[in-house]
Amino acid sequence: MSTVTEAPVAPAAATERPPARGTRRRWTYFVLPIYSAGVVLYLLIPIAVMILYSFNQSRSHLPQVTFNWQGFTTQWYKEWNQVPGLTPAFFLSLRLGISATLISTVIGTLLALALVRYRFVGKGVGEQVLFLNIAAPEIVLGSSLLGFFITINLSTGFVTLLISHVMFSVAYVAITVRARLSVFDPMLEQAAQDLGATPWATFRKVTLPLIAPGIMAGALMAFALSIDDFVTSNFVSGNVLTFPLWVYGAVKVGIPPQVFVLGTFIFSVGVLIAIMTLVNQGRRARQLAKPAKPARAG
Amino acid sequence: MERRRGTRKGKRLAPYLLGAPAAIWLGVFFLVPLVTMMSLSLQRCDSVTLACRMIWHFGEFPEQVSQFRPFFMRSLYYAGSATVIDLLVSFPIAYWIAFRAKRKNFFLLMLLLPFFVSFVIRTISWQFLLSDQGILLGTLKNLHLLPENFHVLATGTAVIAGIAYNFLPFTALPLYVSLERIDPHVLEAAHDLYASRRAAFAKVTIPLAVPGIFAAFLLTFVPGAGDYLNAQILGGTSNGMIGNVIQNKFLVFFDYPAASALSAILMGVMLIGIAAYAKVLGSRTIEEYI
Repeated sequence: MSTVTEAPVAPAAATERPPARGTRRRWTYFVLPIYSAGVVLYLLIPIAVMILYSFNQSRSHLPQVTFNWQGFTTQWYKEWNQVPGLTPAFFLSLRLGISATLISTVIGTLLALALVRYRFVGKGVGEQVLFLNIAAPEIVLGSSLLGFFITINLSTGFVTLLISHVMFSVAYVAITVRARLSVFDPMLEQAAQDLGATPWATFRKVTLPLIAPGIMAGALMAFALSIDDFVTSNFVSGNVLTFPLWVYGAVKVGIPPQVFVLGTFIFSVGVLIAIMTLVNQGRRARQLAKPAKPARAG
Repeated sequence: MERRRGTRKGKRLAPYLLGAPAAIWLGVFFLVPLVTMMSLSLQRCDSVTLACRMIWHFGEFPEQVSQFRPFFMRSLYYAGSATVIDLLVSFPIAYWIAFRAKRKNFFLLMLLLPFFVSFVIRTISWQFLLSDQGILLGTLKNLHLLPENFHVLATGTAVIAGIAYNFLPFTALPLYVSLERIDPHVLEAAHDLYASRRAAFAKVTIPLAVPGIFAAFLLTFVPGAGDYLNAQILGGTSNGMIGNVIQNKFLVFFDYPAASALSAILMGVMLIGIAAYAKVLGSRTIEEYI
């Protein structure tokens, strides 16, 4: 979703409307904000459950997450790696996520450059394929890939997981970077070249720093998709277990609290990085807005 | 002169060189497997050796559809209801973020927060919340607000709730994109022409948001119809969707042709949806909502 981490650099003009006609706001003015806060709270419910229950005590011999609240403990955080099988699955997911992110970020960024900078035969088809890739149900992606791997006799495992994860993240990276590139002023590159910079130097010193936030957002997206993925992975993993696959397998026998600990850890790191990106973008936007008067669009 | 021609040729080749790695990856591991899937659905596989050969067996499609009609119907019904709920729930918040909210990026991030928690864990959390003696129902039952035998888990309602929750961001974001794009001057013009707020909303805002609504519908309904995790975890044993059938056929029974045929049908539904969008709203706009 391209819009999310892409901070519009231009100050949002449309947002600051005069508050209704009169000086006093009618009660209806508050309906939407309160409603929106309610929706956000609703979205946070399962996350709160996960965090809360990662602190829940368990008295049974084989610790499992239970519905009843049995008291506060940080035991599971101290024993986060004490579950056989879970820790390797977690590290496998990290390794897979990092590899898939690196590959898809590089090739997705290059594709975005091609799509924004050039007109060429096949561009429209390429964009349609990207949409198709994002809209396709994961079960179709997973089952068709497994059929393909069976047909070409490639045994499933880490390699097939990596292939699939790059396949479904590359489109997200490409559209996220494309969104950043399309607000980028090509005159800046022109200026660099007029000043004698080689194309490579222009790219490294001008283009790359300016689109870096977009690339960062795309990489984050790719990593989140990869570490989260269940459906496609379930088809192409062979007997390799990723973190979500391990958790799914544990559902029937009861999940150990450490699953929630690791889930909370992934969530916190993700949120931290996202907030840092937001703050950083806010600062940049303010810096850009400083010299000139904040432009009121229109 | 020589050199200039060289660079011009380079310019022509540049987009292909830049796009090649991603294009090849998507071509080989996205498009080719789709073709493989179509071809597998027409083959017959030996149930022991799993060796398949092409027999152009088109009968697989009607066979699968008639055999799994209830699963198809449930998929359509669950995903359809969840999509309608998501559209209704997320339109106001998308509207608010697009037109009124001060910290847009912050609220967009809030909408995306669920994605920072694994899909499986999110769904398990709902299983927790909705379980008969869980925090929600258990408390309500203890307060005698609900009858003792009331349950949500293992019903279609639980599956719809799960899908609606898990795919809400896919609805909200395209809606936001389409609303954000509306030029405020157009609305001002409507007001200048004495349109009431309600009339401006119905005659200007909504029509301009239609492409976004359609894109949101596609991006929620299609993945929702293909989902099987919600049905598996929240739906119990009697509310399976078509995704559950595909997964079982493929991974448990190794019935590749049947599974491929079912997947192909799902893909076909999606292509029809996209084609309908292109027909009504133009093919250029749909990629803008992702």
